[in-house]
Amino acid sequence: MSPELLDVAFLETQTPAAASGYGEAPPRMGFFTDTSVCIGCKACEVACKEWNHVPEDGLVFTGMSYDNTGGLGADSWRHVAFVEQRKPLGFQESGVEHDGVGETTELRWLMASDVCKHCTHAACLDVCPTGSLFRTEFGTVVVQEDICNGCGYCIPACPYGVIDQRKGDGRAWKCTLCYDRISVGMEPACAKACPTDSIQFGELEELRRRADRRLEQLHAAGIADARLYGRDPDDGVGGDGAFFLLLDEPEVYGLPPDPVVTTRDLPSMYRHVAAAAAVLLAGAVASFVRRRP
Amino acid sequence: MGTSFGRGGATTFQQDLQNADCIVIQGSNMAECHPVGFQWVMEAKARGATVIHVDPRFTRTSALADIHVPLRAGTDIAFLGGIVNYVLQHDKYFRDYVVEYTNAPTIITDEFRDTEDLDGVFSGLDPDNRKYDFHTWQYEGMEAIQAASGERDQEYEDRSEEEKGEEERSGTGQGGDPGSSASSAGRGHSHGSGGPDIGTGIPETDPTLEHPRCVFQIVKRHYSRYTPEMVEEVCGVPRDLFLRVCRELTENSGRDRTSAFVYAVGWTQHSVGVQYIRTAAVLQLLLGNIGRPGGGILALRGHASIQGSTDIPTLYNLLPGYIPMPHAHTNEDLDAFVSAEGTDKGYWADMRAYTVSLLKAWWGGAATEENDYCFDYLPRLTGDHSHYEFVMAQMDGMCKGYFLAGENPAVGSANGKMQRLGMANLDWLVVRDFSLIESATFWKDGPEIETGELRTEDIGTEVFFFPAAAHTEKNGSFTNTQRMLQWHHMAVEPEGAARSDLWFYFHLGRLIRRKLAGSTDAMDRPVLDLTWDYPTEGGIEEPSADAVLAEINGWDADGQPLSSYEQLNGDGSTACGCWIYCGVYTDGVNQAARRKPAREQNWVANEWGWAWPANRRILYNRASADPDGKPWSDRKALVWWDEEKALWQGHDIPDFASSKSPHYRPPVGARGAEALAGVDPFVMQADGKGWLFVPAGLTDGPLPTHYEPQDSPFRNLLYTQQRNPVRQVFSRKENRYHPHAGEPGWDVFPYVITTYRLTEHHTAGGMTRWLPYLSELQPEFFCEVSPELASERGLEHLGWATIVTARSAVEARVLVTERMTPLRVQGRTVHQIGLPYHWGTSGYSVGDAANELSSFVLDPNVHIQEVKAFSGDIRPGRRPRGPALPALVEEYQRRAGITAQTGMEV
Repeated sequence: MSPELLDVAFLETQTPAAASGYGEAPPRMGFFTDTSVCIGCKACEVACKEWNHVPEDGLVFTGMSYDNTGGLGADSWRHVAFVEQRKPLGFQESGVEHDGVGETTELRWLMASDVCKHCTHAACLDVCPTGSLFRTEFGTVVVQEDICNGCGYCIPACPYGVIDQRKGDGRAWKCTLCYDRISVGMEPACAKACPTDSIQFGELEELRRRADRRLEQLHAAGIADARLYGRDPDDGVGGDGAFFLLLDEPEVYGLPPDPVVTTRDLPSMYRHVAAAAAVLLAGAVASFVRRRP
Repeated sequence: MGTSFGRGGATTFQQDLQNADCIVIQGSNMAECHPVGFQWVMEAKARGATVIHVDPRFTRTSALADIHVPLRAGTDIAFLGGIVNYVLQHDKYFRDYVVEYTNAPTIITDEFRDTEDLDGVFSGLDPDNRKYDFHTWQYEGMEAIQAASGERDQEYEDRSEEEKGEEERSGTGQGGDPGSSASSAGRGHSHGSGGPDIGTGIPETDPTLEHPRCVFQIVKRHYSRYTPEMVEEVCGVPRDLFLRVCRELTENSGRDRTSAFVYAVGWTQHSVGVQYIRTAAVLQLLLGNIGRPGGGILALRGHASIQGSTDIPTLYNLLPGYIPMPHAHTNEDLDAFVSAEGTDKGYWADMRAYTVSLLKAWWGGAATEENDYCFDYLPRLTGDHSHYEFVMAQMDGMCKGYFLAGENPAVGSANGKMQRLGMANLDWLVVRDFSLIESATFWKDGPEIETGELRTEDIGTEVFFFPAAAHTEKNGSFTNTQRMLQWHHMAVEPEGAARSDLWFYFHLGRLIRRKLAGSTDAMDRPVLDLTWDYPTEGGIEEPSADAVLAEINGWDADGQPLSSYEQLNGDGSTACGCWIYCGVYTDGVNQAARRKPAREQNWVANEWGWAWPANRRILYNRASADPDGKPWSDRKALVWWDEEKALWQGHDIPDFASSKSPHYRPPVGARGAEALAGVDPFVMQADGKGWLFVPAGLTDGPLPTHYEPQDSPFRNLLYTQQRNPVRQVFSRKENRYHPHAGEPGWDVFPYVITTYRLTEHHTAGGMTRWLPYLSELQPEFFCEVSPELASERGLEHLGWATIVTARSAVEARVLVTERMTPLRVQGRTVHQIGLPYHWGTSGYSVGDAANELSSFVLDPNVHIQEVKAFSGDIRPGRRPRGPALPALVEEYQRRAGITAQTGMEV
């Protein structure tokens, strides 16, 4: 069990890296994905695969708008969702007309690039028995492919369903936030490739400030349902290292509305187990005691 | 754009879009096809600009725009003409700009008749030969006018006869041969950077713009019928939405605000394609948006160096720098050529210097004054040798060999069957590409093999496949959409037998020269006398791209690099491979390789790469200042006249003689650049003005006029004239057209089809369909249809549909989406079908090719195919296999009553 899990209060004043035992750690790095400027070009998906040698994920025409990736998995570490909705985008004029009533139909096309959230409280990391999953000095969560033994515990542990086992390989794979690149001062491949800066990489604190400003702008522009997702350090995972600006409920994008670190209750469970064990033990002892004449 | 402004390139650059107050993207799906450049649209939007996307489909561009305007494909001139009318009727034009910088005050000859007078055609139409005589479109008071860009041969005849007393032209084919007409010689691209000859005399003008024959009044009358009601009926755009666009555009144009237009091949690929772009030019000139920050017309090119491929052309009708390819007129020599193609005023007056320097670059010491600098070594045009013409020549057995380099016509060109039938009838075919594309394998797995129309054993074409190196495997330059050259460096040597194009043609030339060595045949001299001595590098003997660039830049008699085309001479003392690129190797330094970061220079960033002409980024930027040389407004300042220094100064390099005062007026008899006044910003035009009305240079009219596409389910509501009267049509059994609305059988093809690209694939797929990472993102050919059309025809989401035209039928997976909207046009509902055209029979991701459906019907100026708008039918289910496929098409032809004459009328 990692030390960070045992002392949540301690963590609140510490970066995940410091809480993981790094003495002198660089600032926590992360992604802010502003979906309001995403143009759905999927350059992030391709750049990620090119850089990280992620294999092709199958040629499937899904019919889900322009999304033929489907979701994050062992072979897709970035995934662009396409959502066609009968809703207005602020004051946008969609121009399209359905239902034959002679009035413009509200229509918007949301696009959002999803990725591993690099949680503050990362359950995948908590449950990993081999130490393959570890917290980097940047506060990100990375699988070490040469250590992973394919036990698969991390897969149900992830509250977002991100980490995944590769078929025919058995090991767990996910976004590393390009640990190799950021270690030498480069930005991750997806952020580098993003033409509209929908994916922004940087110090998490700065990204949060930027996101707050952007949210205000959008609200002022009449896009009332814009919201930040994973930005709040008090949420069920202690905030995400990769957080998002969404234009609708998270469920619309296939994201859980209120993710909670699945190992949250482990300490209390252990405490209960310990208590139960103590009671059992006491009972057992007592029974022997009673037998004494 | 060449005929409107004097140069064929984009007037602005992508980064400047950030300064726009309003951006109209039309004929372009910029977010999908130019996603990197689209960041500047997003930047403008973040700064408060209004982004308008006019497109038949709600695309990824529309998703990010403020306003999406769906319109019927093929009606953009009606839409833009409607805005022109709005601007003129409501006095929303920028009067000071229009009076000073455009030809609005110029008076046109009284022989001119407009479409208003002749029900949809202009004076001078010769219906038998399907061409216009443009003499009646001239400026009053002038003997002759010649266009900066476009059609010039007609005038050649006049002037050559006049000057040389020759009456005969030979070698241009025989009467009746389409190749014989001057208008088919493909001069549409010529003078993409050049100026017009305005003849002798001074054009009559009326600065009050009141004269009934002044351009302003002609334009006003011409567009008066393009009312909001007409726009609604023709385009299917509701009045309110149309008027909102008019308001946004006009409120964001003027002294203090500017609007930009962005287009791509969505405008070009029509039988009136050039005039689509012209309409935007008229509008932008009226609004005073050309030559100013945040204004302009941005032509987005589809390939990485497609601008470069017209600057240093892969086109049959051009020499480098838009010098026209000489025509095969008898006894034509350098003097006759220059006198016929050059001009008296503007920078094009120095055409002799550009031409002689080019000849010196190619033939070096062999080019002397005595032998006309080897002018006779240049090939000659004998007619239209454009793509579609030579494909028919292949089918007819006239054209025997074919080089394909980075081109996959079996998928990417109109009427795939004719493309393949042409290739199947060759002696040899050379394909240079990354993979075995359809154009290299059609003989064994093409659609005609499946249907039995061709048999492999009957095809005599010998196919040579040469693997190509990628841009990371070679040095060289890209000239991008904004005329900017950027150098790329070889990262690794190409693998195996893959080689660069430079390597291929250089070594091919060496082999040919070796075989010809010692020949005494005069025919071989042009090849043997070439300066073919580039140094080579590395184990693969890659020619030095740097040395080629140095030659393109040019040098003086001492071999010193030149820095400007103004240094070029016509006496053989300078050599320059492309005059508009002169300066790219200034001081012996590769200027295209400059990469000074944006933060270390101003927003124009003149020190990133190098742009022609003379590294100017916004063309005609003299127009950003008022006639006195002061910026129209502080907010929109770009260049200005500094009275104390007596110099033009500014953020960009002035596109104007740097020391020419705004108050300069040319003396009588001045020629060349001297003849341009201090208030003539369009320096490549002979009168220095932006042309609202084009008196010469276009084959299909001086003013853009709405015509229906060749295959259209609607009548032309604006005129009796249904289609562009001088479009190029070809009656062949593989190329049948549809009846137009109102004729019997038109309703067999009731839907409008438009073809396009997706972000995930590149054009005909040669660079993407073989890549797993891209194929998985768009794995199958699909059609986009509205729920209404799906229900009308029983199409199921994710099911199959068969789309049929008189040419062929293809099958596609069905994507039902509300992004496709039905439109109300002429009182009825019309559905549009969207077809991405990337797929073919080979590769990792395969599917039918949308271009099986399209036809050979061409714009008469640039001979480009009409693939953005045509009609067709759609039905559920997969298409028939084998001989049943052509049988289905024949059945459709029968039902529609299609004959060899259908659609051939003028």
